[in-house]
Amino acid sequence: MKGIVNQLWLIPALPLLAAGIIALLKRPQRKPAAALAIGSMALAFLVSCVAFVATLQPEAGKGAVQLTHNFAWFDLGGSALRLGWLLDPLTAGMLVMVTFVGSLIFIFSTGYMADDENFTRFFGFLALFAAAMLGLLIANNLLFLFMCWELVGVASYLLIGFWFHKPSAAAAAKKAFITTRIGDLGFFLGIVWLYHESGTLLFYDEGAGCLEQTVVTKLFWQATVGGLSVSTAISLLLFCGAVGKSGQVPLHVWLPDAMEGPTPVSALIHAATMVAAGVFLMARVHPLMATVVTPLGEAGSAFEFVWDGGAPFVIAWVGAITAVFAALIAVAQNDIKRILAYSTVSQLGYMMLGLGVGGPAVGMFHLLTHAFFKALLFLGAGSVIHGSHHEQDIRRMGGLRKLMPVTFATYAVGMMALAGFPLVFSGFWSKDEVLHAAMIWSPSKLPFALALFGAVLTSFYMTRQMWYVFFAPRAEAAHAEPAAHHDDHHAHGHAHEPYESPRVMTVPLAILAGATVLLSLFATPVWPWFHAYLGGHLDHLHVGWSADSAALLTMVLSVIAVAVGVGVSWRLYSRSSTSVDAVGSRFPKLFKALEGRLFVDEFYAATVFRLNAAVATLSDWFDRFVWGSVVELTALVAKALAFVSRSVDEQGINFGFDAGCQTTRGAGWLASKLQNGQTQCYLRILGTGVVVLIVALAWMGKN
Amino acid sequence: MNPLHGYLLVSALLFAVGLAGALVRRNAILVLVGVELMLNAANLNFLAFWRYGPNPEALTGVMFVIFAIGVAAAEAAVGLALVIAIYRHYRSSNVEDVATMKG
Amino acid sequence: MTLAFAILAGLTVGAAIAAMTLRNLVHCSLCATVSLVGLALLYLNLGAEFAAFVQILVYVGAVAILIVFAVLLTRSGEAPAGRVSYGLWTGLGVALAVFGTLAWAIGGSSALKALPKDSAVPALPVKDVGDKLVGDFVLPLQVIALLLTAAMLGAIVIAMREAKGNPQPATRNPQ
Repeated sequence: MKGIVNQLWLIPALPLLAAGIIALLKRPQRKPAAALAIGSMALAFLVSCVAFVATLQPEAGKGAVQLTHNFAWFDLGGSALRLGWLLDPLTAGMLVMVTFVGSLIFIFSTGYMADDENFTRFFGFLALFAAAMLGLLIANNLLFLFMCWELVGVASYLLIGFWFHKPSAAAAAKKAFITTRIGDLGFFLGIVWLYHESGTLLFYDEGAGCLEQTVVTKLFWQATVGGLSVSTAISLLLFCGAVGKSGQVPLHVWLPDAMEGPTPVSALIHAATMVAAGVFLMARVHPLMATVVTPLGEAGSAFEFVWDGGAPFVIAWVGAITAVFAALIAVAQNDIKRILAYSTVSQLGYMMLGLGVGGPAVGMFHLLTHAFFKALLFLGAGSVIHGSHHEQDIRRMGGLRKLMPVTFATYAVGMMALAGFPLVFSGFWSKDEVLHAAMIWSPSKLPFALALFGAVLTSFYMTRQMWYVFFAPRAEAAHAEPAAHHDDHHAHGHAHEPYESPRVMTVPLAILAGATVLLSLFATPVWPWFHAYLGGHLDHLHVGWSADSAALLTMVLSVIAVAVGVGVSWRLYSRSSTSVDAVGSRFPKLFKALEGRLFVDEFYAATVFRLNAAVATLSDWFDRFVWGSVVELTALVAKALAFVSRSVDEQGINFGFDAGCQTTRGAGWLASKLQNGQTQCYLRILGTGVVVLIVALAWMGKN
Repeated sequence: MNPLHGYLLVSALLFAVGLAGALVRRNAILVLVGVELMLNAANLNFLAFWRYGPNPEALTGVMFVIFAIGVAAAEAAVGLALVIAIYRHYRSSNVEDVATMKG
Repeated sequence: MTLAFAILAGLTVGAAIAAMTLRNLVHCSLCATVSLVGLALLYLNLGAEFAAFVQILVYVGAVAILIVFAVLLTRSGEAPAGRVSYGLWTGLGVALAVFGTLAWAIGGSSALKALPKDSAVPALPVKDVGDKLVGDFVLPLQVIALLLTAAMLGAIVIAMREAKGNPQPATRNPQ
């Protein structure tokens, strides 16, 4: 079973192969494309299960399972570039989640995209994305992780801009790519610095990897700018990448616009998997974020972490601010997907907060549960959109509770999980973990307060959304106004009532809903399985109440928060009409600001874009006049040389040659004068010759 | 001054005159006449040396002169025939007009 | 240097100069004939009677006539001879140079000085001439016979008037 780590490469390779084959298929072959994609994901899921099982059996006393398979990828002169696969509980958990949720979303897409003519291309891109994401998860090598990170970004770009003929979609894709790129700058700097300091790109390499004791200790005790230790600085740089990819404030602006892509894309990439990659990254490199390093002896963990300073501090604050910021904006949005998008941003903030205050287990657990219920919510929204003939404004929906019952039921499950309804919904437990960890965080209690407020807001806006979509009376729903800005290729007739989606779409919804509920079993304080799983001490698991008073207090407080949010929202909205928003009528200015997304995009446009444009103009001028002049000067020199060469050739060589020829001709002409055809002239010459000869002979005779 | 000297000088003088005529006169016939004079001067030379030189019994000088006269006659005949033929072609017996070898 | 020699020499050279300088070609040819006769007389003076007679027979009797014929056939006698050749002075110069060289050679030659001043006139019996011709000089005799034949034929061929329309064949031997 442990040998599975050598075959981990199969997991991303299968979808990659599927993507390659789909890319070579001709257009109309929908069934093979979908079958390839779904089949490869299902196979990957199976392999991931095998890997998961392998991690369930840690060797006694050695902590979590951590299997690596490193090999030399190619040789670089004397050294080789080594690549590796890593299998530990973190990886295995994520693999199972991604492949499972991915498979369900793929199946859902066959129904959702059935009317689209670019069906095959869609599945090709989806498979590519899956391959990249899975590669990211199994990477034991910084460079490989970065490559997959970028590949995932590319796939996201391709999928957001899937309907590229829409300018808004193309712009959104570009925005996503560029915004994440900004974060990736810091990420790359961190990678380079880490490689430079540690000399290796591998995470775990039998003691020589860059996340292992030797390197981390060395980096921890090295100081850099501002008294920061190098390991903290590197973690902060890597966090920049996470900020971009996971949509933390201030780089969150791309996520809501990414809703231009088809809904399955939003579900897969921008809810469950890609955006979680940032959190995953921070969990992966958490050894670097250690703020206290004390060797614990031969056995057990190499060092201990205390989460109250350094990089975790920054991460926690960023997460808390993001959570509240996005939740506020979500209150005032009217597009069903945008509400969910801001909700995702907010929940990502929760994940980062959990990671910062409580460690990887807290953050990752919320990530896992969020993946399920957010995917569920997005797919449900997709079902709603599909059934409402691609209507996305919630003010124009209503009463879908009766018209789309299965969708309504599953959506309700997801909403309750997100809001944090107690006990049977996994969201409650995971959010509770975060709140608990925030409450006992020593530096400050403010993040806890913010997180609690965010919980109130979450339940508020989700209830608002539920009411508008499912409960509100369908007064204007019969309007034949097609969707204003999305999916405009839809050719359905107007004045149709919304209808339930086909089974291929509702079955995945049901499965996800079931999983959401089931997951709740895994993290109750009664049975803290996930913690134990990550920590590798599953055998020390005991069933029973082991929570303390702080945990109890947290639970009570979160329940109250949920109740408050739901109650206030229900009261406000169920009693007012759909034409004017309940909150909007009471706090018009605030509502306007929130509806305008707190004007972050406008702020960026006024500052960053302008600066960029100015720098671009400056560069253009520089290039045109400075480098251009240099180039012209070189050209001029070349021309001068050419001129000199030509003159030498023409004047010197040709002239010389011509002169030589002329001289020869002149000499010949002169010589030809002797031959004048006059016999007597010849005779005279003869006579002269005779005289000369005689004289010569006589002289010689005399001497 | 021997009589030989005298004959030799006369011969030289005749030769020079013939040469001058051959070089100077434009008419082809006169050039031939000049050539004949030169030949005759040579004959005189031979006979002078036969008479006053050693071994006149061998009659070498006379024999030579006889043959020289014969050859000169043949040459004069052919030459004059040529002049006539050229005259027919060029319509002129002027030496300077026959200059097709000019070049 | 007897008087006879002086007169004869003067006659010959004078006639030669006249032949070379006169304008009228007929006059030139007549003067040339006189020069040739003078030469024959000089031969007689030398004691070479046979040579003198041969000279008269051949030169004066044949060559001079040929010259006259040529003058008549080329109508050079009628046209006034133009002025002399453009290279007059060059030609005279060359002739002068030649004469000067020869005179100098004659005068300065020591071999000539060694010869006796006067000697007996050698006998020149015609029988001896005949004997020599077919004896020692038989080969030149045959050759000159051939030469004369060839010259005669050649002269005839060259001077022959061409038939109208037919190009003159130079040498034609189809075999």
